[in-house]
Amino acid sequence: MSRLDLSGLTVRPAQVWGAVRLVPLVRAEPVAGLRLHRELYEDGPATVRADGRTTYSTTYLPHGFVADWTGDGSPAAAYGSQLTEGRGPVACAPLHFPRKLAQKRRGKGRPSGGSSGSLRFLPLHLALDGYLALHFGGPSIVWEEWTRRAVYEGLTPRAERAYRGEAVPGLDDALRVFEIHPEQCGVLLYVADALAAAFVVPHPDDYRALHASLLQDLYGELLYHYALYGGPVPEFTTRITAEYINSLAQLRSAAERRQQEWADQHAGLMAGELLDESYDVREVYRMGRFRLSRFLPPFALHRTQHIGETITDEKGRVVYLKTFRLSEKQVRRGHVLHRLAAHEWHLGRTAEAMGITVEELARRIRRLGFEGLLKQHA
Amino acid sequence: MESSADLVAAEDVLLFVHAAITSTGQREFHSGAQEQQLSLDFLHAYVRINYRPLYAASLALDINDHNAALIVRGLLETAGEATAQERRAEGRLIAARLARLPAPRVYRLFRALRAAKVNNRRTRAIVRDWLAARPDPALDAVKYRAGLKCAARHAHLPLTGGRGGERKDGDGELGDFLFAPGRRTRFATPLLDAWRRAHYEQGALYELPFTVAEGFASKHGIGRRAFLERIAPRMTRLERLRVQESARAHRAEVPTDLRGMPLTRLASYVLGLSLDDRAARRAELTGALRAAARRTAGAQAGTWGRVAAVLDDSFSTTGSRQKRRRPLATALACHFLLEALAECYLPRWTSGRQDALLAYPYGPTPLGMRLLEALEDAPERLVIVSDGWDNAPPGLAGEVLRIWRTRLDPEHRTSVVHLNPVYDAEDFAVRRLAAAVPTAGVRNAEDLPALVQLARFAEGRTGLAELRAHLDDRVRQFLAEKTDEAGVTV
Repeated sequence: MSRLDLSGLTVRPAQVWGAVRLVPLVRAEPVAGLRLHRELYEDGPATVRADGRTTYSTTYLPHGFVADWTGDGSPAAAYGSQLTEGRGPVACAPLHFPRKLAQKRRGKGRPSGGSSGSLRFLPLHLALDGYLALHFGGPSIVWEEWTRRAVYEGLTPRAERAYRGEAVPGLDDALRVFEIHPEQCGVLLYVADALAAAFVVPHPDDYRALHASLLQDLYGELLYHYALYGGPVPEFTTRITAEYINSLAQLRSAAERRQQEWADQHAGLMAGELLDESYDVREVYRMGRFRLSRFLPPFALHRTQHIGETITDEKGRVVYLKTFRLSEKQVRRGHVLHRLAAHEWHLGRTAEAMGITVEELARRIRRLGFEGLLKQHA
Repeated sequence: MESSADLVAAEDVLLFVHAAITSTGQREFHSGAQEQQLSLDFLHAYVRINYRPLYAASLALDINDHNAALIVRGLLETAGEATAQERRAEGRLIAARLARLPAPRVYRLFRALRAAKVNNRRTRAIVRDWLAARPDPALDAVKYRAGLKCAARHAHLPLTGGRGGERKDGDGELGDFLFAPGRRTRFATPLLDAWRRAHYEQGALYELPFTVAEGFASKHGIGRRAFLERIAPRMTRLERLRVQESARAHRAEVPTDLRGMPLTRLASYVLGLSLDDRAARRAELTGALRAAARRTAGAQAGTWGRVAAVLDDSFSTTGSRQKRRRPLATALACHFLLEALAECYLPRWTSGRQDALLAYPYGPTPLGMRLLEALEDAPERLVIVSDGWDNAPPGLAGEVLRIWRTRLDPEHRTSVVHLNPVYDAEDFAVRRLAAAVPTAGVRNAEDLPALVQLARFAEGRTGLAELRAHLDDRVRQFLAEKTDEAGVTV
């Protein structure tokens, strides 16, 4: 369990449009050695294939990210040239198997001799798949309550619904009129002052290129409703008490103090739910000194929690981050699965630990959509 | 002592005037065209119904052409609501304003009047007088064929006779040209005949105005380069500026004198060039902008003392697809104009960049911090050109100005004025920064001196009587001025 380390990123004043509040995160110095850029897939359904022979399903892939890194920490801007290369639609973008979610790009203008390369991955799918495949293996001990399906196939397939950014009312305008700071490397997106998503990249140029991709990301249903019904949020306008100001220098220092206050308040009040939580981080891929991992919250009940994916450097500082806010029901699902797994999928013991009866637990499991996993008599 | 009703009236009228200066009913960075039009229509109706004489008088101010046309249309549509005396005053103002409007805009207005079925005797007289004052009816017939046709039809104008017996088209040639061009095998007026010949003779189209010839050139499949070079002498000043880049791309020679262009147009042109082009042509462009600014400043040049400016070049100055970089162009033009007006000029761009010529819209709007820096220079005048969306941090600019006025400079040693190039459709006004600082709408930097004068009313303390006096003054000047700018300058 560990926390997100956002050191190196400072908060700048928020920009508000309707119900959306965007808080820019600024890096004094871009991270050397890693660049992200976007890969646009052709619109419309794409066929997903695992190995060129087997076609698994047809799905919609709005866009993917490509991470370029250099092993020795030298500036990686040189690989930015790949942005302009004409790329066809991607033939191979596996979605369904966690082990294939991050895929190494083959033979794409990699400089010879350096321990560097590039990795393609689908934003947020890494995190979501981590959540969907939570305790994917299913029960390890066969208790009599469990159906044959649960034993042989685990919990999959599970499905969750999400809204595309374009469907969230007002988000497109908010992103359009947002004024990107020159050194901006990230943004925290609030809808009706609920933290909807955090997005961090290593380099300001990457951010400028990827800013609009927030519109193609996934957002939970809750945020869709917040954006639809939540009224405009107020702007936190600066207030300075005039009585103590006697010179321009004092006015300037007061203004600078307000800026610092905003940064502190934001970290504590608004982004607290994301930053204070400790996460279960699982490494997915190593690339040089960077690690691509996904993280899961502790699934504590009645608390706002986020899942996400991150790239960290050797010191554990966040270089890339993307999060998805879980709804209350999604948290409950994770919670119940966690408790079941902790008690080796034994209903009786789990119920005892949770302080409820077995019937109540079975009812909850059914209500959470895991009905197929239980035998009828349980 | 002013009554509160009077204060409200003064405020309403000023609100309207600033809206009428800035808004063009087109899309802006923060609001769509529909919102702008809806908001503007409401303002027009509100002011027309409540303060009709002031509404008409605003025709004498530097409001933009779009709003001038809307006012004229509004006044003519509701002529029944005015007294005979009011109507006479309105008629004079309308005639004077129409004479200053560009011809396409007037023809569009006539078409709108026709669509709205406004066809009272006064409207017909106005159309008739305006057309009679046009310098070259044949040019209008060729260049604004549809417009003239519509106006003539709507106002029942006899295009035969009544236009001076010595003219060749006195025998109904113009009427035939517009309504039955096949009736004659040739026209006596050279321009009309050129139009007829241009249908089959390539050489004839170079006798036509540029916009008409362009259509024929495309019909005859003439190469762009050859066409531009040969038509160049027939272009108007602004057409030359407009086709500069097209000509450059085709390596055609279209001579133009950038120094003679209006300041804000020139700024727009400069901002349309790529940064590399601007850097390469730095001396030429800076020289042209300075010359235009000096010409605009006129006798006031160098009289403003120590002037500081805070100019907005944040991302929101991108404008919209219809108004590309318009707010930035206004700021750039103001920059050069203030440079000419001031004795000592201290500009500050919000992005912190120094090179005005290479300005481009980028980054947030830290107006508050820039204002602090500008005030530290202890200027006599401070001019802010910004759309008023102060966001890094929000509201700091307002606080700085408020505290500056109340605590640090209560005796007004520094005069501060905020010029806003963008109409905020939601607030029915241009966005203000602080109550203590007057805000005025601005469209063309050329109007800056007049706007600074008008802005003193916007502090909210002047009453209706003073405003009325100011308006009367402007109306008198407006009606007395010669309308020498009408017509197309070739």
